[in-house]
Amino acid sequence: MIEARDLYFTYPNGVEALKGVSLKIKNGEFVAIMGENGAGKTTLIKHFNGLLKPTGGSVFIDETETTKVTVATLARKVGFVFQNADKQLFSETVEEEIAFALKNFGFKENIIRRRVTWALNLLDLTQYRKTSPFMLSGGERKRVALASVLAWKPRVLILDEPTIGQDHQQKEKLLQFILQMKTQRKTIIIVTHDVEFVAECHPRVILMSQGRIIADGEARKILTNPEILIQASIVPPQITQIFLQLSNLKLPREVIDTYEAREKLLNLLEKKAE
Amino acid sequence: MSIIETKNLTYTYPGGTKPSIEDVSIKIKKGEFILITGPSGCGKTTLCRCFNGLIPHFYQGELKGDVTVVGLKVAEQPIYELAKHVGLVFQNPENQLFALSVEKDVAFGLENLGVQREEMLKRVNWALKLAGIYDIRERTPHELSGGQQQRVAIASVLAMQPEVIILDEPTSFLDPLGAKKIFEVIYDLNRKLGITVILVEHRLDLTARYANHIIIMDNGKSVLDGEPRKILSSEEALLIGVGIPKPTRLYQMLQKDKVNLDNIIPLSSDEMATVLREALKSQ
Repeated sequence: MIEARDLYFTYPNGVEALKGVSLKIKNGEFVAIMGENGAGKTTLIKHFNGLLKPTGGSVFIDETETTKVTVATLARKVGFVFQNADKQLFSETVEEEIAFALKNFGFKENIIRRRVTWALNLLDLTQYRKTSPFMLSGGERKRVALASVLAWKPRVLILDEPTIGQDHQQKEKLLQFILQMKTQRKTIIIVTHDVEFVAECHPRVILMSQGRIIADGEARKILTNPEILIQASIVPPQITQIFLQLSNLKLPREVIDTYEAREKLLNLLEKKAE
Repeated sequence: MSIIETKNLTYTYPGGTKPSIEDVSIKIKKGEFILITGPSGCGKTTLCRCFNGLIPHFYQGELKGDVTVVGLKVAEQPIYELAKHVGLVFQNPENQLFALSVEKDVAFGLENLGVQREEMLKRVNWALKLAGIYDIRERTPHELSGGQQQRVAIASVLAMQPEVIILDEPTSFLDPLGAKKIFEVIYDLNRKLGITVILVEHRLDLTARYANHIIIMDNGKSVLDGEPRKILSSEEALLIGVGIPKPTRLYQMLQKDKVNLDNIIPLSSDEMATVLREALKSQ
């Protein structure tokens, strides 16, 4: 479990990025943290693997306060994939990149080999085993960064803006991947602006604005509330926007994805035809 | 008359084993708002680099076929000549910014064109305001967030008021409201000043509504080219796997269900809401 208790964080330059954030994320939960540019989302998640330490309040990972353990210890539990994958990659081949952390954690050679093969396979990277990560496309480099974190099987996976620059099919794959991790009871936390993506994967949404949490609940509830979304510079999903515009025709308001929209409309349109 | 035209354009990067774009023949008319989309690695960015002369003047490699931009043959014109007519906002803003302040970065292109000081100030302030960064004009671009840097890159190009603006995923780091406002500013300039806009995007949900011409690329080729409503509702577009706007998808699904809907294919939630309002009313 991840818990923040009245968390404050002020950067050395005086910017107050977090102003009293309290939350609990249970094991196996899938959470999307959303909010405007500068809302404090990335600052918050950097507290979950100890990269940042609170300037006020506290953060606990499985009841251990993050100030009491090293980042290396936390990293075993909490894997972090940065927004810009390039900052994370440095090895000469994809294979070495994935093996790097495993070596650091002191895994045995045969286990490293098995885990690397497993991660390459999972993320469709086997053909690039011996390729330099820097020869790959942006989307592929992101997958290498993800594979290198997954290889050490952290219980918590944090992805910062995983959909930026990804095309439609890559987003579909990411969605499948997240659902697969969910069935394995991993905790998954994504930071994202991508409302359309969130509307398709139905996570718990934590909405942040100006260093605070302003809403926390099911995607269906939060993404269909334009008054609260606007405070965080978020626009409702396209499908929701259709239903909000038709709310005076007694259409339901809480619709976020295309398939449920079709169901709801078929009922209405058919009923009227009778 | 076409403002940009390519004929059998094929280009291979140095050391590349196969062409990044292959046999691309397209025509872009003055004043159009063009959306170029397609799977990652399909050649969208490479094609844009042919429009402002980065290919072949900066990137070597092998170029076959012709590109004409505002009547100039790109292969025969230096980049600075093309820059007077074509502005490009890169995918990654960090690659584009270099000056000590936001304001200087935005003024740089105008200084190079030799624009008078008064006029320059006016245009820089205008562009800073449109991009929503007037308040941070004295900050250093490299200290800004990715989203703010994208705004600076956009302002730098707007200040030049070129005839053609090319934007390669210009708002990927911005929050949804910020992105929407930027797209509306660009759409407005397209309509009011007649600036030709070429937008490269994956997120058609946010952008299809602005376009009056769409080109879908796949494997280096231009595979679909035409009117957005027609193209985005085609089976081919669905098969290539571009992200068809959700309202368009919903419309298609309901049509397959034999629901009687108006014939105008919607590209946005507003248009779909209108279609549904009519359908509900007429029953």
